[in-house]
Amino acid sequence: MTMAAERTAIPSPPGAIAPTESLSRPLIQIEDVSLTYGRGEREVQALSRTSLDVPNGDFVALVGPSGCGKSTILKIVAQLLSPSEGHVFVVGREIGAVAIRIGMAFQNPTLLPWLSIRDNVMLPLKISQPFRRDWRRKKNGEYRDRAEALLAKVGLSGFAGHYPWQLSGGMQQRASLCRALVHEPTLLLLDEPFGALDQFTREELWDVLQALWMEQKPTVLLVTHDLRESAYLANRIVVMSARPGRIIVDERVDYARPRSIETTFRPDFVELNHRLRSLIFEARAAGPGAVPAGAAA
Amino acid sequence: MKNTERFASTALIVGFFLVWELACIAFGISEIVLPRPSQILMTLIERWPALVPHTVQTLYTTLVGFALGVGIGVVIGMIIGSSRVAYNVAFPLLVGLSSIPKVAVVPIFVLWFGAGTVPAVLTAVVISIFPVVVNVATGLATTEPELEDVLRTLRASRTDILFNVGLPRAMPYFFASLKVAVTLAFVGSVIAETVAGNRGIGNMMLIASANFNVPLTFAGLFILAAMGIGLYLIFAAIEKRVTGWANRKAELAMG
Ligand SMILES: Nc1ncnc2c1ncn2[C@@H]1O[C@H](COP(=O)(O)OP(=O)(O)OP(=O)(O)O)[C@@H](O)[C@H]1O
Ligand SMILES: [Mg+2]
Repeated sequence: MTMAAERTAIPSPPGAIAPTESLSRPLIQIEDVSLTYGRGEREVQALSRTSLDVPNGDFVALVGPSGCGKSTILKIVAQLLSPSEGHVFVVGREIGAVAIRIGMAFQNPTLLPWLSIRDNVMLPLKISQPFRRDWRRKKNGEYRDRAEALLAKVGLSGFAGHYPWQLSGGMQQRASLCRALVHEPTLLLLDEPFGALDQFTREELWDVLQALWMEQKPTVLLVTHDLRESAYLANRIVVMSARPGRIIVDERVDYARPRSIETTFRPDFVELNHRLRSLIFEARAAGPGAVPAGAAA
Repeated sequence: MKNTERFASTALIVGFFLVWELACIAFGISEIVLPRPSQILMTLIERWPALVPHTVQTLYTTLVGFALGVGIGVVIGMIIGSSRVAYNVAFPLLVGLSSIPKVAVVPIFVLWFGAGTVPAVLTAVVISIFPVVVNVATGLATTEPELEDVLRTLRASRTDILFNVGLPRAMPYFFASLKVAVTLAFVGSVIAETVAGNRGIGNMMLIASANFNVPLTFAGLFILAAMGIGLYLIFAAIEKRVTGWANRKAELAMG
């Protein structure tokens, strides 16, 4: 857990957030956060003194065994849950004090069933500022076009007018990814966004997401079970232990961008995947908090 | 409904009246006991000019009472459904109140407001409030927290969440309750008219039966049936248009 200190600050991309402190402060600082669900008999400790810094513009992949608290971390950062202990800072201030634009794709698609796919994707534009101001004027023009352009990118161009129940699980998931991206968020929280997709669609969407990140430089926290995915997309891979989750490995990934499928055949890419695989395997077996032997990286 | 099914139900209705007609003839049933459908129809046509004001009166009290009842019901339902706690606290009282036979309040209304239109409207109000309150509150209180989370990550206010998730989500429940409420409002106003009215179909039927004008009494019944079915169909059609998305999955609670 010393890696955080060693990391050099990544320069803030233009237009992300204005305050000068964003240059020195990480966008998100999670400090010794614990979270317990339920009470008494049914108490489950999901996180135990977890710490993680995410600099502005970074792309972090969060991997770990099922049930270790990955979704919980995303929900804390999105302010859907408050930690039982510990602190979360956004641009150096207590979470909630600073308003940043968040785009979140949940583990389930969670599309609103009474809205068409297009209206679902446009929802963030209707709710969050500054888009909300022009909602009435632009909802049938610019915003609509923007939603439809995104849908086309993920292969859903003919389905804008459909309702969620008319789409397959993987199609719904892609629509929910569009909803997370449509308002060009500063912080993207993606919870297994490609989980329900086949290998080929998934790899296509990796490139969509990579292109988008290179263009807009949002800060990304991506939860995934697919190690190739994490190594392909992220600047940093963070491995969590079994529940209660804490961070046991924090690994930089420095392949040049744009990465392509060719990258995944490189020997060092394959080697990285093997190493991560065995780390997670050990984390599963060893249980909470144990730092596997090979984690000195 | 498939075409054959639609044909079958039409045939069943026609058959019902045919059997009624033929049975009356075959067993020589007097029109003082059970008039034949054809006699009722004749009476309806003959007395139509006199029946129209009563029909209008009943329809008027029903719709006014229904509209007020729905308005009040939506507001109370929104308050109760606004939080899980309010819902859990208020629900037992709600169930208790809604299981009182609402017609029992008619004498009280007569006591307070005298005979006439007012008790009929009020009875319709009271009777149509409950299904609406129960359904709106249930629809709001059972909203999936995941759907609210979607809005919360966008820093939506409570009002935003209510208008973009809560209310649309409660719509199928609301419209299901409208169908029930409009039929009940009808029952309410007719009973009030019967007990303490000076106009309306209920009152007209009471007078006709006192005069042993049985065909006219039945004619009143036919008018009530026609209005009841008509109102139900109108609201069922609106429901289908507005909440088509829910027909695939949601099971609706009934008030
Ligand atoms: N709403 C809840 N109430 C009670 N316990 C919960 C709740 N949500 C999660 N948990 C518990 O917290 C732990 C962490 O859950 P979380 O959803 O964060 O896991 P995860 O790492 O996202 O797992 P997965 O990879 O399977 O999605 C789980 O073991 C689960 O038992
Ligand atoms: Mg999860």
